[in-house]
Amino acid sequence: MSTTRRGFLTTAGVVAAQNAAHGQDHGHDHQAVPSDPALRVKALESLLVEKGLVDRAALDALVDTYEHKIGPRNGARVVARAWVDASYKQRLLADGTAAIAELGYAGEQGEHMVVVENTPTVHNMIVCTLCSCYPWPVLGLPPVWYKSAPYRSRSVIDPRGVLREFGLEFPEDVEVRVWDSTAEVRYLVLPERPTGTENLSEEALATLVTRDSMVGVAKVTFSKTGGPA
Amino acid sequence: MNGVHDMGGMHGMGPIERAKNEPVFHARWEGRVFALRRAMRPWAAFKGKANRYKIELIPPAEQLRLSYYALHLTSFSALLRESGLVTAEEFATGKRARGSTKTVPLLKADQVPAFLAKGSPADRNANVTPRFQVGQHVRARNIHPLGHTRLPRYARGKQGMIDRDRGVQVFPDTNVADLGEKPQHVYSVRFSARELWGEQASPRDAVYIDMWDDYLEPA
Repeated sequence: MSTTRRGFLTTAGVVAAQNAAHGQDHGHDHQAVPSDPALRVKALESLLVEKGLVDRAALDALVDTYEHKIGPRNGARVVARAWVDASYKQRLLADGTAAIAELGYAGEQGEHMVVVENTPTVHNMIVCTLCSCYPWPVLGLPPVWYKSAPYRSRSVIDPRGVLREFGLEFPEDVEVRVWDSTAEVRYLVLPERPTGTENLSEEALATLVTRDSMVGVAKVTFSKTGGPA
Repeated sequence: MNGVHDMGGMHGMGPIERAKNEPVFHARWEGRVFALRRAMRPWAAFKGKANRYKIELIPPAEQLRLSYYALHLTSFSALLRESGLVTAEEFATGKRARGSTKTVPLLKADQVPAFLAKGSPADRNANVTPRFQVGQHVRARNIHPLGHTRLPRYARGKQGMIDRDRGVQVFPDTNVADLGEKPQHVYSVRFSARELWGEQASPRDAVYIDMWDDYLEPA
């Protein structure tokens, strides 16, 4: 622990001195990122716990929630419900936040949800060019590629090229709509229900729905032998 | 600010690299920094504070070099120091100042589900008249603010159409700068791909961007 604290001391001290010299904070805190962020975070956590600012058990609960409880299975249940229940689908497209809350998903980074529907003539995909905004209550935390510069930079200027990289090719008569999450609205794509699934239960349908299909970079597929094609 | 975070339309960032069966957090510290930031949110000194603006202020080369959670560690540290909840001395020593009182955490483990379910809604019940109507043609203003803005560079000066009115929400440009919430209408604005990118774009395609009232002018 003493090594941890000392490592913390060194880096933080340098930054504090720089800020004092500037007389103001320019936010140039990149200099504070040490070679080992693990030690830095450990020291930060110890300090905040010691000061009574955070509760260690609450941190555990937060991590556990996003590792095990909130993820794309939530969104898949929303999609499956919309596929089997026409009135639910209507509510979902009219007021995403309220309809998603019907299934118990709400809150942090999903306070204002909009659901966009894929059809044979319109394909939707989601990006956040300025940041990494993503609908957490229904999809969990985003994968690295969604937060990456290649995806964020190209999705708006070359959506068809990006989709091709994901293995999707659309003819010119299909309209591709890109939703750039610049404000506090978070988007979920309602993918098309695959053919041949007429006899599947809502639960079985939910198992077909992938994260990528709800971001709009994949289609939902089904093979008669069971499961996604 | 015209930073590298505003990367819509940039070239040369390389192929999209996807990992199979990616973990939610790639290392324990990523989860911890994520949780620390959330657990600090109930403190008044963190109200309305945006990690993302702190990230935008990191010099461009560093922004591109550092991982997502390394950026968050940096921005969280900056917010923490500015909050006054941790003194410079405590930052330097990593220890609670002698003689200081230990407080009580505002977020307890059993409160986490309700805390996350509530989130931080941005909508405000303010009686603000929308300046634009659905179907109206608008132009995104050609402005280049030095501070935080959600008006992406690739849309500035471009013409679009109001597709939906998303109601009244907090305006981040002023809110992040401690100049007040300035609640106003947010619209989903449809820009044709050709308006944004010229002839190289597909004639049918479109980009929908959420825009605050202040970003728009009649076309």
